[in-house]
Amino acid sequence: MNEVLELITSVAPLAVALPILGAALAFVLRRRSRAQRTVTIGTLCLTLVLETSMMVNAWRNGAQAVFLGDWHAPFGITMVVDEFSSLMLVVSTAVSLAVLLYATAQGMVDGDGDGPISIFHPTYLILVAGVSNAFLAGDLFNLYVGFEILLTASYVLLTLGGTAPRIRAGITYVVVSVVSSILFLIAIGLVYAATGTVNMADLGLKLEDLEPGLQMILHLMLLVAFGIKAAVFPLSFWLPDSYPTAPAPVTAVFAGLLTKVGVYAMVRTETLLFPGDRINSLLMVVALLTMLVGILGAVAQQEIKRMLSFTLTSHIGYMVFGLAVGNVVALGATVYYVAHHIIVQTSLFLVTGLIERRAGTSNVDRLGSLAKLSPVLAVLFFIPAMNLAGIPPFSGFLGKLGLMQGGIDLGTPLVWVLLTGAVLTSLLTLLAVARVWNRAFWRKASDAEDPEPVLLRSLAAVHADAEASVGAAAEPAGPTVRPATAEHGRAVPRMMVGATSGLVILGVALTVFAGPLFEFSDRAATSMFERKPYIEAVLGEGAYDGEPRVGVVEGNIDGEPEQEQEQEQEPSAGAGDVDAPGADHRSGESPAAQDAGGGR
Amino acid sequence: MIPATASDAAQTGLSVTASVAAGTGDTPSINVLLLVVMGVFFAAGVYLLLERSLTRVLLGVLLTANGVNLLIVIAGGPAGLAPLYDEEIAAGDYADPLPQALILTAIVITFAITAFMLALIYRSWVIARRDEVVDDPEDLRVAEQHHFDPEEDAVIAAETTEFVPETSDPELPPTAGSRPGRAGGGRTSDPERGDGS
Repeated sequence: MNEVLELITSVAPLAVALPILGAALAFVLRRRSRAQRTVTIGTLCLTLVLETSMMVNAWRNGAQAVFLGDWHAPFGITMVVDEFSSLMLVVSTAVSLAVLLYATAQGMVDGDGDGPISIFHPTYLILVAGVSNAFLAGDLFNLYVGFEILLTASYVLLTLGGTAPRIRAGITYVVVSVVSSILFLIAIGLVYAATGTVNMADLGLKLEDLEPGLQMILHLMLLVAFGIKAAVFPLSFWLPDSYPTAPAPVTAVFAGLLTKVGVYAMVRTETLLFPGDRINSLLMVVALLTMLVGILGAVAQQEIKRMLSFTLTSHIGYMVFGLAVGNVVALGATVYYVAHHIIVQTSLFLVTGLIERRAGTSNVDRLGSLAKLSPVLAVLFFIPAMNLAGIPPFSGFLGKLGLMQGGIDLGTPLVWVLLTGAVLTSLLTLLAVARVWNRAFWRKASDAEDPEPVLLRSLAAVHADAEASVGAAAEPAGPTVRPATAEHGRAVPRMMVGATSGLVILGVALTVFAGPLFEFSDRAATSMFERKPYIEAVLGEGAYDGEPRVGVVEGNIDGEPEQEQEQEQEPSAGAGDVDAPGADHRSGESPAAQDAGGGR
Repeated sequence: MIPATASDAAQTGLSVTASVAAGTGDTPSINVLLLVVMGVFFAAGVYLLLERSLTRVLLGVLLTANGVNLLIVIAGGPAGLAPLYDEEIAAGDYADPLPQALILTAIVITFAITAFMLALIYRSWVIARRDEVVDDPEDLRVAEQHHFDPEEDAVIAAETTEFVPETSDPELPPTAGSRPGRAGGGRTSDPERGDGS
């Protein structure tokens, strides 16, 4: 069994190659939409199966590296499958598949025939290939290429159709993304000049030998480049500007995946390339501002898609928070939170697409009575909305709880400020989604500031239906999905509702299977902190002789860089000293972390 | 004199960058002309990126991207022989091939993005006859609103619409009527409001 799994993981590059080949095939078939749809969905299903078995392998056997063309690291192109990257791959492809089904259903009903929309499927597959490549990349330059693949595909998807608002949004998006790519490339150039390698495992060993000032420059350059992509506070203003204008499925998949690729790169930078806590205080401040500024923006919006775009930037703050706290509990919770957020944020955008379709608008000022018009829609909105706000049974709550547990374990004054900010952000998120819930779903449509005519017609039709057949009035869910209501508002195809429900259920499954998932993400965090599994998978056994940084990190959160350097260079004999202060700070930590710290 | 490996070459390259700046350059392993050109590219590129005209932004992107390519060339260390393996040539005599591979990839990517941006700019010109970055209308609308209280908003929207010509109150705030996005506000609630007042 293990051999089979390892064999499957050894073809990990297929996770990138399959979607690209599928895209080529789908492009050839652009005149035959049925075949195109089959190819696209089939490719994604196949990729998902491949990635799931890779995740099972990572769970059983730990990190595994694949060398393209058998050029061994640090010279060739390396792809690394470890716990974190495989989890991200599976979640991202599952979400992409759901969004693809949604978009396909929408395209089938609206007719995508010969229009420019027929490039949607190939471009979408290229986007998935880019995301997979970024998650698998074992060297910085391949990561850059992954970013460029997914960004170029996203430029096309964002400006699909070329209407005026999309072109306007697209220009902002393209220029900002290009600038971040250029910054990333500068950082790669400087890293190469300083160390002579771009392989991340190799860099993890060599960057430590540079002088602290130079390390800091490289570190910050990389973080700024990734921060733009992840939409971290001072660099986040492009996102709410550009996302909401795109078609609903495109916005959904962007919201789910693109920023998370940036977060993934930040996590790798912090754990693998630049272990240590030199800039953790800075990251905490940034996380606080990201959360608060984002959520205050969300509260001010009337448009649901824009509100969700702001909550998206705001909740990136939670992930940066977990990264900044820098212990295993918080990092594990971050891994879990990223998975949770991809699913929940995407399903919310998909539901908004359904609302827009059913009621003709997604502006809260123009909405009302949606709960009466479509109870299914209400349920589909309510569950992920409460999940996003972090109401107890849901995964949002569990993720935040884990982050806060990690923060409390660290317990510095700045962390307490951050914890307050996190709770406040959670409450304000609840306020933002509750406003939508109350106004769009529960008030009468006639009470809306500016009721949407399409909505009023649909309501009248539902009312007439109910009066016509009193027996059916007890179950008003029927008409919402029945295409019979096509003349009032557009019909919502079953497959779109099905795809959205699938994602919502997946979000709930994160709660149901929170135990194993947290175990998995904690293990991912532990091995990222140890760094040994990743580096030895790439460079071979015995390549990593440093100390696990778990004890070091939590030992001196305000420590001087020089002091830390000393500690890192100490031989294993000094490990006891390094661990001692750490143990005080993380009394409530998971046994895995204790093992990692005490193992040496 | 010549470093043994590519990484050593790169390392001395960077340290020489520092020492040239300090006026104590000892090994001629770095091309100062390239450095100066790179600096000019970056300066001009960033200046152009900050412009509002899209064509200039595109030129800025091109200049900075080429600046980065030069940076990677410089990062590759001193010039050397073509990296074709020959037993008689010492390892340090070859040029470092990796930066050239990186630059080639970067050039292709820049090329694709430039083509796409040109298409965007052209489309923007066809649609709006504007070669400029345009403000987000929704941003402007959110920035203009003074309060978000639904009740209050509803009252203003209901009373300022052109469907109730005679009920214009003198105490109405002057900005309320011109609020974008509410031009046809309160269509259905008008009769009720009218009855109430």
